[in-house]
Amino acid sequence: MWKWLHPYANPEVSYHFTNKLLPWLSALAAIFLSIGLVWALLFAPADYQQGHSFRIFYIHVPAASLSMGIYVSMAIAAFSSLVWQLKLADASAAAMAPVGAAFTAIALITGAAWGKPMWGTWWIWDARLTSELILLFLYLGVIALHNAFEDKNLAGKAAGILTLVGVINIPIIKYSVEWWNTLHQGSTVSKLGKPSMSLDMLWPFIFCFIGFSLLVGVIICLRFRNEILARNSIRPWVRELVQQNTVK
Amino acid sequence: MNPRRKKRLAIVGSILIGIGVVAGLVLYALSQNIDLFFTPSEITQGKKETGLMPSLGQRIRIGGLVVPGSVSRDPESLKVSFKLSDMTMPIIFKDSDPMVTVYYEGILPDLFREGQGIVANGTLTEHPPTGLSIEASEVLAKHDENYMPAELAEAAGQKHDKATYSEKQLESKKTNSY
Repeated sequence: MWKWLHPYANPEVSYHFTNKLLPWLSALAAIFLSIGLVWALLFAPADYQQGHSFRIFYIHVPAASLSMGIYVSMAIAAFSSLVWQLKLADASAAAMAPVGAAFTAIALITGAAWGKPMWGTWWIWDARLTSELILLFLYLGVIALHNAFEDKNLAGKAAGILTLVGVINIPIIKYSVEWWNTLHQGSTVSKLGKPSMSLDMLWPFIFCFIGFSLLVGVIICLRFRNEILARNSIRPWVRELVQQNTVK
Repeated sequence: MNPRRKKRLAIVGSILIGIGVVAGLVLYALSQNIDLFFTPSEITQGKKETGLMPSLGQRIRIGGLVVPGSVSRDPESLKVSFKLSDMTMPIIFKDSDPMVTVYYEGILPDLFREGQGIVANGTLTEHPPTGLSIEASEVLAKHDENYMPAELAEAAGQKHDKATYSEKQLESKKTNSY
């Protein structure tokens, strides 16, 4: 498996690989998101007590779980960069951080908009909401550290350490609703056994979730490609690439 | 793996384990304070592990299920009182359960109904006929993680109707300055 992975440690190989991956990912993301969102927002049945307000679920839940998912992948990248000193792992962590921050913000904002009509308040300092807010601050800290140093290796190291320290927040967010009394309800979909949702509400969610995950993949690929170019701008292959594109 | 990588792996690994242990201990120590609310049984009997009990006059949050048949609304004003009992699964209401009465004046959240989870914020007082009660300044609805289409819910015997207000009740809010 390592033999198969090794070529991708080379920035040029990785760049061309993301180039090939992008059109497929974007097409799939567009298909899944358009089916999922139209189905969820127009055709899925309304909830018996929340009515149509419940539909924000289809954006809030994927955004929230992806905000945690992106953080875990960022932590894995930071870990491999610290141990194996892979420069590309740093680049990918730097590419992921703003995307994760955006999805955390989306989860918080849609959650507030959902909380006002249903709970009766925009915000409450319960364990789930507070730990998700801390996740946003962690992302902002990681972004700031990536930009705080002229030397990208040093920046990657500093941001990587913060990322790894912050990993402890992920299980806290996930299990906050089980460990403590919170206003936020427990999980509907990601729990053992049957999801607490009827199937005609669950299917659009699955489409939305896959769609948003693919969208995250697309954005991260775009940003990763950019990071590679920015960090290797003096290499001959990047110069060649620029020349080829400017001649046309 | 070469020795330098092995050393780095050991350092990063031990930092991670150290942070995990520290966070675990901190959360364990703080676990009492992280809870958002007291349950009715915690108010009447104290917390399970520590026996910590809120005292009269203390400002606390209470969370529980609205006991069916306990909601009484004043037809003239927005005053409402209801009893809360612990959220236990399966939901069965017994008269012997510890209950706390909540007094509130204001519009209830849309999701308020009998059997619904509620979080109320207010001062703990003792009312002679009902015992321990909360003078609430805020009532929030806590909904569960179950979502159902209306037809399915009706078939399962669950229905939700919003609380409605008469002109007179709403009028009282305008004249009544807090």
